[in-house]
Formats: sequence, structure tokens, C-alpha cells
Amino acid sequence: MNNLTTYLAISAALFLLGVLAMMTRKSAVSVLMGVELVLNAGGLNFVAFSRFGNGSLNGQAAALFIMIIAAAEAAVALAIFLNLYRLKASAEVDKADTLQW
Amino acid sequence: MEILQNIVFVFFVLLTVISAGVVVFHKRIIYSAFALLFTFFGVAALYVYLAADFLAASQVLIYVGGILTLIIFGVFLTAKITTLEIPDETHQRYIALIPVALLGVGLFWMIFSAPWDSTLRSVEPTTKPLGKLLLTEYLVPFEVASMLLLAALIGAMRLARFYKKEEV
Amino acid sequence: MLGLALYILLAPLVAFTIVIFFGRKLPRGGDFISLFAIWSGLAASLYLFFTQMLGHYDPAFALSYRFDWVTWGTYKLNIGIAIDNMSMMMLVVVTLVSSLVHLFSVGYMKGDPKYHRFFSFLSFFSFSMIGLVLADNLLIIYAFWELVGLSSYLLIGFWHEKDSASNAAKKAFVTNRVGDAGMLIGMLICFTALGTLNLVELKDGVAQGHLAGGLLTAAGILLFMGAVGKSAQFPLHVWLPDAMEGPTPVSALIHAATMVAAGVYLVARLFPILTPDASLVIAYVGGFTAIFAATIAVAQNDIKRVLAYSTVSQLGYMVMALGTGAFTAGFFHLVTHAMFKACLFLGSGSIIFAMHHVLHNIHSHDDAQDMRNMGGLKKYMPVTFWTFLIATTALAGVPFTSGFLSKDAILGGTLAFAMEHPKHWLLPAFGFAAAGLTAFYMFRLVYLTFYGTFRKGSEAESHLHESPRVMTVPLIVLASLSIFFFYAAPAFNPTTPAGGWFATLFPTPENVTLASGRYVSPASSRLGDEAVEPTAEHASGTEALHSAHLEHLAHNWAMLISILVAGLGIWIATLAYYKWKIDPEKWRLRFGVAYRGMYNKWWCDEVYKATAINGTLGLSKGLAWFDGAILDGIVNGSATVTRLFSTVQGWFDNKVVDGLVNLTAMVVGFWAHFVRSFQTGQVQRYLLYTLAGVGIVIILVVI
Repeated sequence: MNNLTTYLAISAALFLLGVLAMMTRKSAVSVLMGVELVLNAGGLNFVAFSRFGNGSLNGQAAALFIMIIAAAEAAVALAIFLNLYRLKASAEVDKADTLQW
Repeated sequence: MEILQNIVFVFFVLLTVISAGVVVFHKRIIYSAFALLFTFFGVAALYVYLAADFLAASQVLIYVGGILTLIIFGVFLTAKITTLEIPDETHQRYIALIPVALLGVGLFWMIFSAPWDSTLRSVEPTTKPLGKLLLTEYLVPFEVASMLLLAALIGAMRLARFYKKEEV
Repeated sequence: MLGLALYILLAPLVAFTIVIFFGRKLPRGGDFISLFAIWSGLAASLYLFFTQMLGHYDPAFALSYRFDWVTWGTYKLNIGIAIDNMSMMMLVVVTLVSSLVHLFSVGYMKGDPKYHRFFSFLSFFSFSMIGLVLADNLLIIYAFWELVGLSSYLLIGFWHEKDSASNAAKKAFVTNRVGDAGMLIGMLICFTALGTLNLVELKDGVAQGHLAGGLLTAAGILLFMGAVGKSAQFPLHVWLPDAMEGPTPVSALIHAATMVAAGVYLVARLFPILTPDASLVIAYVGGFTAIFAATIAVAQNDIKRVLAYSTVSQLGYMVMALGTGAFTAGFFHLVTHAMFKACLFLGSGSIIFAMHHVLHNIHSHDDAQDMRNMGGLKKYMPVTFWTFLIATTALAGVPFTSGFLSKDAILGGTLAFAMEHPKHWLLPAFGFAAAGLTAFYMFRLVYLTFYGTFRKGSEAESHLHESPRVMTVPLIVLASLSIFFFYAAPAFNPTTPAGGWFATLFPTPENVTLASGRYVSPASSRLGDEAVEPTAEHASGTEALHSAHLEHLAHNWAMLISILVAGLGIWIATLAYYKWKIDPEKWRLRFGVAYRGMYNKWWCDEVYKATAINGTLGLSKGLAWFDGAILDGIVNGSATVTRLFSTVQGWFDNKVVDGLVNLTAMVVGFWAHFVRSFQTGQVQRYLLYTLAGVGIVIILVVI
């Protein structure tokens, strides 16, 4: 039960759910939540590989860096959402389609 | 004891995955946000199972204390709040299942077919060695990360500031 | 050693950078920085000279430091520094003359509004010239060659508000380009054939026969073209006299002592790979230039122009010496000439400085450089007079001067060459005639300037006085270096440089193109000790003996003739311009055509204007007419025809082609519409595509 495959499977499930959220939700905040799920999946993967195997702490350090990046990313993302909201009167991602031009 | 341990483990696994599902599929964004809280807690618990004590604590502090709060603020700031039922629409729901299915098949195939090394290492407190690691081998990334955080802080403030029209 | 050499090279560059940017704000225009750079460079050069060159006393001494600069394919381009006797000697000459000129300029340029810029340019020139001397590689030589040309341009046109100065600068630059184009082609030939431009490797390549025959001759002559431009040889000599528009210290430094010697230096560097044919061309160009410029110098009235043509003539001597194989003599003359010609120019600068002062005080707008306005200066400018006189005797080839040693060596070498190859008797004839003319015009200059009475009246005379000490000290140093003493050690033989350190340290390098044995240079090891066997391997014993004997003979004869000829020249000058027994005016009338030819520089500028410049202009006009009448006619004609076709085509276009085009457009539009549906502009849709792609890749790889 408590073995590497389980953790990898959980991580993969979190990753897929996060990706799904990123693709389907319209609200930018929900997309951000999807991103957080994906990042958590990655962190879980790192820590799992760190626990099983040669036992170095490198994986945990990497997970820590993922957290740092996630924090920075969340702050910047929210600032961008505020601007988007101000510009389009809603924070829905499908409204931001000027990339098409 | 073994069985009890397994039950608790399965509980946390289910908590994580199911609340993640709620995050993705619930129609109300506030519910999603709170479901995310449970996902983060579940991951923290899994970190404990993986003998990563420091990371588990950081997970709770950073994600639950920091990021989740930010996200809830984000919900409030970017929606016209009339009730707590802030709806969130979805789109391209079915077509999105195609890449997810492709990725899922690939990933799970890999996970279940590969001969993973499952030897466990002994459980020790990780805070001190992790700290040493960060200040020796990972010193440069650590410092760069602090610079990144500073830049993100300033950048976020700059981006979120209100400007009058002529100032832009 | 490398450090010292690099210091000598880079100190002036640093000084240039500082002075050009901050000189205006520094006290005294920052001249002390330039002065320090060049004087410390002189100290370092002298250290090298005494410890390495005279200390080792090894003719074959050579060091080189190099590194890869560019690699492409199998070609590698090295650059580096070569330190051998020649470059150390040149370093001493360049830094010595340059530092004295720097010192002189402190007095001469005093009060000039662009004082700091002048010193920065001087530093820049010193840098370029030192780089040229130290380079081990034709490419680097070429680069510094152009830098030297650039600084020459900047300094000739220093008073660019004068039209004549800026025109002279342009003329110098463009004329030099003509020669440099040839030099570039020569370099390309060498690189194509040998794959290197390093001088040593070039020599090895030629010795192994990878480049030989007509192509090598062509390469030698083309490379010599660069020297023709820079050393003002006929027919590209026209820029040098005009270059006298620059400040006089510049004339002394660049257009007398160092830069113009660069061409000679290049020929000396290339000496081992010059084929006999190329050498012959070089010898004739040099010999002709020597006599040609000397005749012009006779009839000039501008003191600097006389000296300029004299420089051209002396450079011709050096080139002729190198061409006839008298390597040591040619290089020796380069060194001695640098000293006494710099002294002469600085002396003339001192005179002009004084004349400016006088003319300024009597509010006259006469030419301060015209000898006809001078006279009797001996009384007022004793230091200038005596130094000038010593340098003049050196240039004229009076015994016990350095000029006598070197010029005599050249004439001896040329005479020996002609004795070996009687059909080339014209070369020594040129040489001796030029020697006589040199003595004549130099003493004419001295008599007109320093003797007699001052021709601007006694009121003006009261304003005459000697130049300040910063200007006279360099004169004294340079004049004392014009005495044979310094060059004859340790033999101290006033008649020949043989046995002196110079002849020992600079033996004639072996000419590697002679390996075929087709041609034996009669002048090989001309100045070596008589006891020393000629080093050239190709010469058999008897030949060598014969050659040495011939040389000895030639040397004695040359000495005799040159003393006679110089004495004759001085005697005539004395009769005509000191005792006024011969009326120059009468002779001028008697030889009307010849005099006008000399006075007008044999119409060289006019000929160039008529041929090269007007030719270019005429060609341009012809092309313009061709363009206007014929090309435009063709264009207009074709336009009419085209219109006719167009009318027919228009119908076809509207009916048939447009139909096809519209059909195509419709098809394209349909497809575009289809493809456009993918480009929604929504990030999430793009994410979807991306992940689908990743998923497919994973499945393909894993399963």
C-alpha cells in the first residue's frame, strides 16, 4: 500500500485534474487553482522519489523550490487577474483572446 | 495497527484526490477554493507519510496560509459579489477529455509497468539536513529564488496598482 | 620582454584615450600624459636596445609571441609580436624621435586652441607606428599601416580650417590608398599560395618553393606598392610635399623620420622573399625617385618643401639600396636619416616659429616659410643654426657624419651592383647625381636662410630671437646623433660602417628566392667584415672572393666619387648663394624649360589632374551621357512596347486570369477559414492542443 507506485498514481491523478481545470474553467482564479494542483503533483512526485531510492534529500529541496515558485507565481498571477478584470470587466480567460490577431 | 495505518493512509489519499476533483468540477468557485484547502492538507499528510516533516509544515504554512488566502482574495476581487454563490462556467468540457485521456493512459501505463526501486530509507528529521543542503549545495538557487520572490513582489505591486488613464 | 614591448605599444594608446577625452579639462591640455607615455616608452626601448641588442650582440636574435586570432576551417590566423634586432632598432628610432618631437611641440604648439588634441594625435600616431614595428604578421602590419595613415591624415589636416590643409590631408589619404590597394592584393596572393601571413612562415613557404616565379614577383611588386605609397616613391610621391601643411613637428615626426620610413621598413622585412625581378623594379623606382625629387628640391623656395623633396629623394636612396641588395646600407640610412632629417625639420620649425613671430610683429602677411624672406638668421638663432648645419652636412654626405657613412654604403652597394651587371649602370649614376644635387640644394637652403642679411628690413630684424629651450634641446640631441661616432662603435672607422655594431647586427638576410641559383646578388653581405666569408650558401668560393674584392673596390670608388660630388655641390652652392659670384638668375633663364620643370615639380600634379582626376571625371561624364541617352532610350523604348503588350494583356487578365485568381482565392479562403477555427486566440484552447501533442508523444514513446 505505502509504496512508490501509489504515490505516483496519486500525483498523476492530481496532475490530470489540474490540467483539466486549466483547460475547462473559465474563471482565471479557477485556472490558477488548476495550476496549483499541477504544482502539488510535481512536489509530491519529487518527495516520493526522495523517500524511495537512494535516500538523498535533493527531491525535498526541489519540492521546496516548487513551493517558492508557486508563491511568487500566485502573487503575480493575481496581479495580472486584477488588470484583466479592470480591462475586460470580468476575469474570464476566454475573454482574453486578443492573441488571435 | 497495520490495518489502522492503512485505513488512515487510504483516507488521506481519498481526501486528496476527491477534494481535487471537487476543485475541478464544482460549479461554485468558493467551493472549489475550499476544496483546494483539503487537497493541500491531504498532500501535507502524504508528505508526513513520506517522512518529509519540514515540507509538510511548509506545505500547510505556504499553501494554506499564503496561496489559498491569495486565491480567495482573488475570487473576491475579480467577481461582482452579490451572494456567496459565485458561479463559474466551464467550456470545451468534452474535447478537453481527449488530451487528458491521452496523458492519463501514458502516465498510468508508465507508473504501473516500470520496475520502481521501492527500498525505504530510515526515517529521520529532515529540517536540519535540508537547511544544510540549502545553504551549501543549493546556495545559488536559494539566493536566486529569494531574488525571484523579491522581483515577484515588486512586479505584482506594480501590476496591481491603479493608474489613471493619462498615467499609463 | 613581452611585457616591456607591450608597455611601449600600449602606453601611447592609453595616453591618447585619456588626452582625447579629458585633455580639455586637464591642466596644460594633458600634454604631460602624452609626454610621460612616450618618454617612458623611450626608456623601455633603450633598455631593450642596450641589454638585449647590444648585450646579446646576436645578429640572429629573434623572439616572437603569438596566439590564434581567427580559425576558420583549416586556416588559422595568428597575430603576435616579433622582437628582433630590426624591430628593437626601429623602436628606439621611433620612440626617440617621437619623444623629442613631443618635447619640441610643447614649445611650438603653445597657445594653439587645439593643443590637447594635437598631443592626443601624436600619442595615437606613436601607438600605431610602434604597433607597425612590432607586428609579426602582414595582416597586423596592414592594420597598423592604415592606422598610421589615419593619424597622418588627422595631423596633416590638423589646421583643417585652412582649405589647403584639409585638401592636403585628403590627398595624402587617397594617394596612400592607391598603394595600399596593391599591398592588399599582394597579401591576398601570399595568403592564397601559402595560407599564412606571418613573416617567418612566409619566408619558409617561399624557401620551400610553394610560391615562386612570376607570381612571387607579382606579389613582391604589389606589396612594394604599399611602400611606394607610404614612402612617397615615384609616382605616388605627390602627397608628401603637400603634407607639409601640417604642423612642423608633425612633418618632422611623420613625414620625415618614422611613417615614411615604414615603407622602407616593410621592404626590408620582405627582403628575403623578393625575387630578382621584383628587386630590380624596386631598385629602379628608388633610384629614379632619388634623382627626380632631388631636381625638384633644387628649385623650391619654401623651406619645408625643400626638405620634403629631400625626404622623398632620401627614401628613394633607401629603396634603391634594398632593391640592389644592399640591405644593411638601406636600413642603416633609414636610421641615420631619421635622426638628421628630424633635426632639419625641427630646425625649420624653429625658424618658422621665429619668422611667424617677426611677421606677426610687423603686421606682414608674407609667407613665414619662404626662404626669400629670411637671411642672416645665424646671428640671432645660434643653436638652431649650428644644429641645422650639422644635420645638413650629414644629409649632404660630408665625412665624419652619420649621413656620410650610410649614404656612402648605399652608393658603394649600388656601384658594386652595377659593376656586376654593367647594363644597370644607370642606378649608380642616379645615386651620384642625386648626391651632388642634395649637397647643392641643402647648402643653398643654409645660405639663403642663415647667411647674408635679413631680407625683411632692420625693423623686423629686431624681433628675431632664439626659440625657447624646449625646442632647442631636441635639436641638440638630434644633431649630436648625426655624428658618425655613435654608429661606428666599436671600430670607429669614419669611412665605413663595416666593423661597427650596426653592420654586425644587421647582416643582409639570405634571400630565399635565390635558391634556384639563377641570379646571385652581388651585394650580399656587402657591409660585413671583409674577414667574414659571405654567408650565402649558393655562392661558390671563388665567386665569393670575387664578390668581396669587387665590393672593396666599389666601396673605395664610391667614397671617392661621393666626396667629390658632394664637394662640387657645396662649392657651386657657395659660389652662387654665399659669394654670389654666379648669378642664379642668369642660370635660371638659361635653363628655362628645365627650371620651370623643377619649379613646377615636373608637372606631376598637373599630369595627375589631367589623367587620373580628369580621366575619372570624364569617364563619369561619359557614363552619365551613356546612362541618359542610351540606357534611358532603351528603357523608354521598352516602355512603349510594354504598354502595347499591356493593353492586350489587360483584356486577357480581366477575363481569364482574374477568373483563375478568384478561384484560387476562394479555395484559399475556404481553407483559411477552416484553419482559422483552430486559432481561437484562447490560451486554454492552445493548452489543449499542446497537451494533446504531449500525450500523443508520451504514448508513442512508452507503448
